[in-house]
Amino acid sequence: MESKLRSGFREPKLVQAKIRQIEKIVTRPWAIMEICGGQTHAIKKFGLDQLLPPQIEFIHGPGCPVCVTSLELVDKALEIASMPNVIFTSYGDMLRVPGSNGDLFTVKANGGDVRVVYSPLDTLKIAQENPQKEVVFFAIGFETTAPANAMCILQAQTLKIDNFSMLVSHVCVPPAIRAILSSPSNRVQGFLAAGHVCTVMGYWEYLPIAQEYRIPIVVTGFEPLDILEGVYRVVRQLEMGTFEVENAYSRLVTYEGNISAQKVIHQVFEVCDRKWRGIGVIPQSGWKLRPEFVKYDAESRFDIQSITTQESSICISGLVLQGLKKPYECAAFGTLCTPQNPLGATMVSSEGACAAYYHYSRNIDVPNVNHV
Amino acid sequence: MSDQSQPIDFLGAYCPLPLTHSDQIVLGHGSGGRLTHDLVERVFAAHLSNPLLDQGDDGVGLPILDPEFELVVSTDSHIVSPIFFPGGDIGKLAVCGTVNDVSVMGAKPLYLTAGFILEEGLQVEVLEYLVKSMAIAAKEAGVAIVAGDTKVVERGKGDGVFINTSGIGVRPKSLRISGRNVKIGDQIILSGPIGEHGVAVLQARGELGFTSEIRSDVVPLNHMIANALEVGRQSEENAIHAMRDPTRGGLATTLNESARQSNVGIVVEEAAIPILETVSSVCEMLGFDPLYMANEGKCVFFVDRKYTDSVLRVIRSHEYGSCAAVIGEVVAQHPQKVLLRTTMGSTRLLDMLSGEMLPRIC
Repeated sequence: MESKLRSGFREPKLVQAKIRQIEKIVTRPWAIMEICGGQTHAIKKFGLDQLLPPQIEFIHGPGCPVCVTSLELVDKALEIASMPNVIFTSYGDMLRVPGSNGDLFTVKANGGDVRVVYSPLDTLKIAQENPQKEVVFFAIGFETTAPANAMCILQAQTLKIDNFSMLVSHVCVPPAIRAILSSPSNRVQGFLAAGHVCTVMGYWEYLPIAQEYRIPIVVTGFEPLDILEGVYRVVRQLEMGTFEVENAYSRLVTYEGNISAQKVIHQVFEVCDRKWRGIGVIPQSGWKLRPEFVKYDAESRFDIQSITTQESSICISGLVLQGLKKPYECAAFGTLCTPQNPLGATMVSSEGACAAYYHYSRNIDVPNVNHV
Repeated sequence: MSDQSQPIDFLGAYCPLPLTHSDQIVLGHGSGGRLTHDLVERVFAAHLSNPLLDQGDDGVGLPILDPEFELVVSTDSHIVSPIFFPGGDIGKLAVCGTVNDVSVMGAKPLYLTAGFILEEGLQVEVLEYLVKSMAIAAKEAGVAIVAGDTKVVERGKGDGVFINTSGIGVRPKSLRISGRNVKIGDQIILSGPIGEHGVAVLQARGELGFTSEIRSDVVPLNHMIANALEVGRQSEENAIHAMRDPTRGGLATTLNESARQSNVGIVVEEAAIPILETVSSVCEMLGFDPLYMANEGKCVFFVDRKYTDSVLRVIRSHEYGSCAAVIGEVVAQHPQKVLLRTTMGSTRLLDMLSGEMLPRIC
């Protein structure tokens, strides 16, 4: 009983047919990175890696915004959320991300006012209803969440809401792809680009990357057939030795993307260097608030600038995020590190690679499993 | 500021009577004094009256059992927020939740007790509505509420009303129904579509920014379960080895608990699990999985496979089981693990819910 919105993209017969198409053209092993955590989740949830020929290896990319938010920023969030006059709002899956000392759930249990919101605009409503409180939104995410967050800042300005600010941790996909491809240990031979990011940004940014690194990039959606179509096109290019950007998600993505959304983003944010959890600083890989919006910047509004942090020494989430290790290759996977007690962010979010492996394929021998 | 030259008119003086507080709960309603008694008379006794409850003692004497039977006891505290949601309210939930817990033990539920924790400021009208709702559900289930208690907490220290119910039922000693009794080879019947209660409550919280026609599935399942238990009894066999109601944590968690309790493996077919299209769409949008959403009117049956068809027929003939389906089976392989055969033809682990289900960022 599937929703009409997506049933066509989960049709078992079509899935089987697409798999056979891939089997026909693949002649040797290929390592393909799906950038987005949503795609990692879908690959494991639908078991697509079991269905594909053994030559196809997925390397799971750093496209989970919850996972890559730096420990420093999580610690800042915990500190702000613990302040007595603050209402701290966040998307739900950020609440469980461990900082150096607890998570937002811990802060809430200790009396902090931490609330889950479904949209940043909900936060503005909370700010209006609580004029005597400081209301702070944890603005994390890739290019997908940036337009709504930017819109929220403009809305706060229009409505003259002064008790509102954002703790900004925006990250961008193309610089991360460049960082991975520039790494001396890189194994990735083809990319599935994140469909939702490209819905906002278009795919023109990926053309120079494909040419410079001689690597095929296919803009890919999130349903099983979308992902398999992306894999098919990447494999076809790899087998032919081409390195183009293709759009396999044309029902949503255009070359130039959503121009109005981009305008709002650039009106509010400017490019900055950003630290990625488990990877380190990637130059020009994030967005921060432009100087004219500094009064909405929680980092300057609250005195929390000087936090330094130490990651768990056992966690290999950095290697996992770069595709150098599989989650099950970590000594702590499923033992010391579980979703109940995560050592690193890739185990926290349902879209994190470690959590996806933990939930969908931990300790089981399924026939024809290729990569577990 | 009376004029001293005028004599005081004592005929106009009056002594202010204490307020009756008949509209709103105040701390005094939990004092055990007159206010408590008034509340018990007007609200609880008025709707829940029966000879056992009406004795008004500190406890209640219950008739002694036939030695062929044993007692089954279960207790559950209900703290749902908001207290009203599409398809039900905390009162109905408090009765059905415990009736169902007793029923899935294979017992016939007979008596309930009810403990109320009321927040100062609660409208008595609201309380009365909830008590009526409990009375209706109890009547449908055929159980009597035989003992009760009320406490009041200061404003801000409760969420309107919390209700604890305990249930007592009886079952024949020969009936071995337990989560530990799941057998390799059993087939698994689910009594209807999953996820409705969880989505209905989320929706009632008003956080979703949209509404739908989804209603909570909260109902008492005891009659349907009693009918199903009759199957095979003529030949003195237990057609049903175990039953569970997949409440918090949803179907996935319930299946995992059973696999662990009985040290068996479970395989379920994704395509066979009934889910309303609206429920799966709402969940998809929010990043929730219906397999982990709470249900309050569903039952999972582990059935001896030679009786599967008969049990399924009986369940389907009941209005609360009309969409029942066989969703999987119990196997010797991968003990304590639940595997899901996806509609794609792949197989994956179906894990327990870890922590609270959280809406995803994008």
